[in-house]
Amino acid sequence: MPEKILKHNPLFNPGHTACAGCGQAMTIQHITKALGSDVVIVNATGCSEVYSSKYGESAWGQPWVHSLFENSAPLGSGIAAALHQRGNKTTRVVVQGGDGATFDIGFGLISGMWERGDDVLYICYDNEAYMNTGVQSSGSTPHFANTTTTPAGKKNHGSQQYKKNMIDVALAHGLRYMATTTCGYLDDIENKVRKAMTFSGPRYIQILTTCVPGWGTKEDMAVDLGKLASETGLYPVLEYIDGALVNKMKVTKPKPVEEYLKHQKRFIHIIKDPERLAWVQGLAKRNINKYGLDK
Amino acid sequence: MKNIIEGSRAVALTIKMCKPGVVSAYPITPQTHIVEDLARFKADGEADYQYLIAESEFAAASIVLGSSLGGVRSYTASSSQGLLLMTEVLFSIAGLRAPIVLTCANRAISSPINIWNDQQDALTMRDSGWIMLYCEDNQEAIDLHIQAYKIAEAVKFPVMVNMDGFILTHTYEPVDLPGQKEVDAFLPAYKPKRGFYLDSKNPASFGPFVTPTTYMEQRQEMFGDFIGSKTVIKKVAAEFAKKFGRKQGDGLVEYIGSGNEDVVLVAMGSIVGTLRESKKGVNFGILKIKTFRPFPDEEVLKKLSKAKYIAVVDKSISMGAEGILAMELKRVSCGRLKGRIKSFVVGLGGKDITIGVIEKIVKEVKKSDDKIAWVYPE
Repeated sequence: MPEKILKHNPLFNPGHTACAGCGQAMTIQHITKALGSDVVIVNATGCSEVYSSKYGESAWGQPWVHSLFENSAPLGSGIAAALHQRGNKTTRVVVQGGDGATFDIGFGLISGMWERGDDVLYICYDNEAYMNTGVQSSGSTPHFANTTTTPAGKKNHGSQQYKKNMIDVALAHGLRYMATTTCGYLDDIENKVRKAMTFSGPRYIQILTTCVPGWGTKEDMAVDLGKLASETGLYPVLEYIDGALVNKMKVTKPKPVEEYLKHQKRFIHIIKDPERLAWVQGLAKRNINKYGLDK
Repeated sequence: MKNIIEGSRAVALTIKMCKPGVVSAYPITPQTHIVEDLARFKADGEADYQYLIAESEFAAASIVLGSSLGGVRSYTASSSQGLLLMTEVLFSIAGLRAPIVLTCANRAISSPINIWNDQQDALTMRDSGWIMLYCEDNQEAIDLHIQAYKIAEAVKFPVMVNMDGFILTHTYEPVDLPGQKEVDAFLPAYKPKRGFYLDSKNPASFGPFVTPTTYMEQRQEMFGDFIGSKTVIKKVAAEFAKKFGRKQGDGLVEYIGSGNEDVVLVAMGSIVGTLRESKKGVNFGILKIKTFRPFPDEEVLKKLSKAKYIAVVDKSISMGAEGILAMELKRVSCGRLKGRIKSFVVGLGGKDITIGVIEKIVKEVKKSDDKIAWVYPE
């Protein structure tokens, strides 16, 4: 397996400056491979833009563009329109951003792109906070997570808000293809990206990607934590086509949420707090019931 | 042949003849008639651009940035709050050197809300790296839009064509609309060079992350290119005058008068028409600024070298300073002009600018104080 991972991928070249053990950089390796070379990548501002595009040293083997934090979706719309207008029938547009760009600042613009029905695949790397700016809370930050703007202190217990359900939001837009997965399942990521590219029109893939400094994890935990997020029921791995749930990663014997939380400093303050731990366990149960992950 | 049509329609018909591949906009008064007409042409099968509905001006600007980087001639229009909402994208468009053309139907800024004309909106964008052209009348609006694409694509900077909201956009005037063949001959189809658009056969990274090592150098290079675009603006204006038989100054400025007047009024946009009217019987010169960015320093100095009293007539105000064009004139003149410069603020939020207002300015310009004069109609 290691030799397979280390094999040079000319679409996302080595030498970028992501942290050791970055769940997102690993995910990008597999996404670029699955996409192939006939795409245009639009990148929102965030870690990936910073570590991959330092002037003079771009890691990207595909045409790549970054404009601002929040406007990558409409930029993608414009590029798709230009490709159409140029009579280019093969090149596809992929927009990518973190959860801050997706759940928060670019939210309305993504909705606009989905409404227009533009032929763009949007990929969200969901690491559940603003990591690039130093771990601030986003609309994707889970309840109780410790961030620099939702610090766990003597009086409160990390984030008092609840993670926005982008799955429901995406489905409400009537997307052709919508899927979630985690960086624990690299083959699943590649398969879903390839499948998404068989559809035209608006598509959305949301991938939980771990963050070593932001979550407070060890460098070798990305795959394990990606799996545990699903195996506990906390991050449902789903696939929808035209609004119908066609595939799901089953969670028949859910692992206790502590197994996922205990490796992450962002949750360490609730590990010995039965009441709050029970709430998180309840969230996992609600997810399992909502999406029928145990069936 | 001259037609009597609305200013917005004249612009829409002109844009259609410029054959953009992508149009995207969001409704805002007084810009809406332009984009409504463009949507209508598309609906009637008279145009083959893609018309993308945007959910905000911010999205519209981003869509045309995408389509321009995708290698296609692109168009948008806005006004006032819409332009302000685009601000962040406007800077990105200029930095990414996307040759987009935007019509700004100039309008006052909130708060308080006011939909009528002044020039505060676009002037607030003056540092963005957009070439900014100003139209005196609807004929000039037609002519400058055609030139705008030619300039933008030659220098790889976006161009904003400014026309006073309502005063021009909603006014019916006789205009000479060129034919499609004439426009085609002047403005050939946009074909960006390899490496200058997003192309999977020639992958390149656009808009990278730049550290202190080269950021300042890149901004300086951009500044040099931007200043250099003045030569192209002049060249395109001369070529336009030759082909279409219409000349409005040198593309940067136009002086109306003998050149020996003691009093010169400096202004931009439709107010120049009012100044021309007011000039009958009163002896003053008019310096019309056609291109506000890049600012025509040398041309302005030359035209104002003999003036003793310079009245800068602004439809904008920089809070805590003075009229924005007046500030610009003072920067240029510093140590280089003997004439005294005074800032006059008129017409904010659609306040009438009558001949009486101009007469007051001509009288007051000789007062030796540095106060801003806010001039109201009788």
